[in-house]
Amino acid sequence: MDESLKEIPVQHRHHRMLPVWFFIGVLLLIYGVIILLTSLRNFHQPATVVLANFHAGIWAGIVLILLGGLYTLKFWPRRRH
Amino acid sequence: MSFVLPALWLFEGGRLISLTAPDVSIIVLYFAMVLGIGLYLRKFSSTSDDFFMAGRDMTAWVAGLSFLSANLGALELMGWAAAAYQYGILATHFYWIAAFPSMVFLGLVMMPFYYISKTHSVPGYLQLRYGESTRALSGISFAFMTVLMSGINMYAMALVMKVVLGWNIHFSIWVSSLTVAAYVTLGGLYSAIFNEVLQFFLIWLGALTIPILGLIEAGGWNGLVARIHERVQGDYTHLWGPLGSFSSNPMGVHWTGILFGLGGVIAFGYWTTDFLVVQRAMAAQDLRSAKMAPIIASYFKMIVPLIVILPGLLALAVLPFNLVPESAAGPGLHSYNEVLPLMLARYCGPGLLGLGVTALIAGFMSGMAGNVSAFATVWTYDIYRPYMNRRGTDKHYVRVGRWSTIVGVIASICTWYLVTHFKSIMDYMQALVSFFIAPLFGTVILGMLWKRGTAKGGFWGLLTGTLASIGMYTAVVIHPAWLRYVALSTDAKPMAENLYRALWSWLICVFVTVVVSMFTAPKPAEELQGLVRAYTIIPSDGDLPLHKRPIFWGVGVAVLFAVLQIIFW
Repeated sequence: MDESLKEIPVQHRHHRMLPVWFFIGVLLLIYGVIILLTSLRNFHQPATVVLANFHAGIWAGIVLILLGGLYTLKFWPRRRH
Repeated sequence: MSFVLPALWLFEGGRLISLTAPDVSIIVLYFAMVLGIGLYLRKFSSTSDDFFMAGRDMTAWVAGLSFLSANLGALELMGWAAAAYQYGILATHFYWIAAFPSMVFLGLVMMPFYYISKTHSVPGYLQLRYGESTRALSGISFAFMTVLMSGINMYAMALVMKVVLGWNIHFSIWVSSLTVAAYVTLGGLYSAIFNEVLQFFLIWLGALTIPILGLIEAGGWNGLVARIHERVQGDYTHLWGPLGSFSSNPMGVHWTGILFGLGGVIAFGYWTTDFLVVQRAMAAQDLRSAKMAPIIASYFKMIVPLIVILPGLLALAVLPFNLVPESAAGPGLHSYNEVLPLMLARYCGPGLLGLGVTALIAGFMSGMAGNVSAFATVWTYDIYRPYMNRRGTDKHYVRVGRWSTIVGVIASICTWYLVTHFKSIMDYMQALVSFFIAPLFGTVILGMLWKRGTAKGGFWGLLTGTLASIGMYTAVVIHPAWLRYVALSTDAKPMAENLYRALWSWLICVFVTVVVSMFTAPKPAEELQGLVRAYTIIPSDGDLPLHKRPIFWGVGVAVLFAVLQIIFW
């Protein structure tokens, strides 16, 4: 175990942990950027899938960026200490 | 609106569609993230309490989402989508009547006993309540079942790899499984829970495209119903209406089987005694959080049909070909179990497809991590420590837990091929539940609510119920005509047979437990404190504001349940 954690009671150690929401935010944010950029690049030549004209990738990318960005900012480590 | 889009069905050397660079990068990033979380959490999980119980430090939300995510394995996603294609909306019973009452019951009635007794597992509770023999029996049967369940998850995963990606199945299984083994071995239950919450988000976001675009294509719910009626015989779109007889619905089940077998025994058994899920609630930071965890999960469970059942129904309505049983699948023919990947490929372009495939991989990993972390805990605490090495240090048991995680994964890999013998993944799972979980529920619930239950009663009830269930299954395999005795009708299908078998095995367990208990001596009252309702003072939630009380949220989900039953009756 990390020496700095040994003296901390178990029930308080989680205050030293990065919250799970931060990891989720970062991953969703990156995913949102990848999906949005991919979908924009293929905008005029969408993939041969059903309802391609709805450009679901663009909408999904925007939602992921907003959700991921919100979680990343809200649970950014520096903001917690 | 286009009904068939030929370009979708571009098979390339046996695979449905090719992944592009963005798809692959999304999948690779996911693997990097789960391993990174495991590495990061390693420093927090060196004691046994950390490794096996996540320090009993999880908030209600984290415990609740993890509770549900551990259940949302690839098996759950792909198996129930397949079941929805086979049985129609009847499959939704497994999310509604088979979830809300039992999850709320766990939170409000049973969780206090698990939590107050400070046990580390369900077999651990049975040891305190009944004694060593019952703990040994339930520990061994749980370990056995867990490995088999993991095998199912792997099978579901292998299908994704085969159908969508065309990847080598053995390569895919080993890479995914060893990733799970790595992050659970590193961070223990902390790591499993953190990753399960992450996987919960990915599963939802990755799978949500199908119902949204599917409903647009089908013309909304009414259009979906009309298309299904055009294409298949029978009632696939009502929950209770077609359950008046065994032959009037595609599942071949009577409403008594759904209400008593599924809602009354299988559901209560699974949600209240399967340590895979209960372990997450036990890891909560206080009793209120432990009670809230399954109740929070029940809300999300009620809406999971959106991403699982609805895609199965949509496939019935919009796919330009019929899916077939696994045994009949071959070149050009897809099985029921492939319905979710097929629907993903139908709607998801580059990037989104990567997210969808990641959702299925995440489902596989969350289910598998749930199984192996529960397996490691039961193996270490309930088999290794009491029967092999009582004098180990705390560090020694953590080391055993890490090794048993790896052994559990390898054992799961060795059993996955068994599943291919079953027509539907879910039939196989329900068979296992009826063998081990249904009688276990009888033993646990009597232990908590009936102070007269004795050690011998608990043991013989559990053993008899389990053997009776396996016996009924074997009897019908050898003499199919005996189905009429087990499932009360020769029209019953495998799913219905599972429901009734579970009901009988529970009844047999309860009967034997009661009879044997009446003729044997009970434990003294002082040994039952904190274990049985009559001898336990359960802290009241009365001092909390209404919106923080578990009972308030339990009533809320009951109202939601009632509304959904009426809408889809």
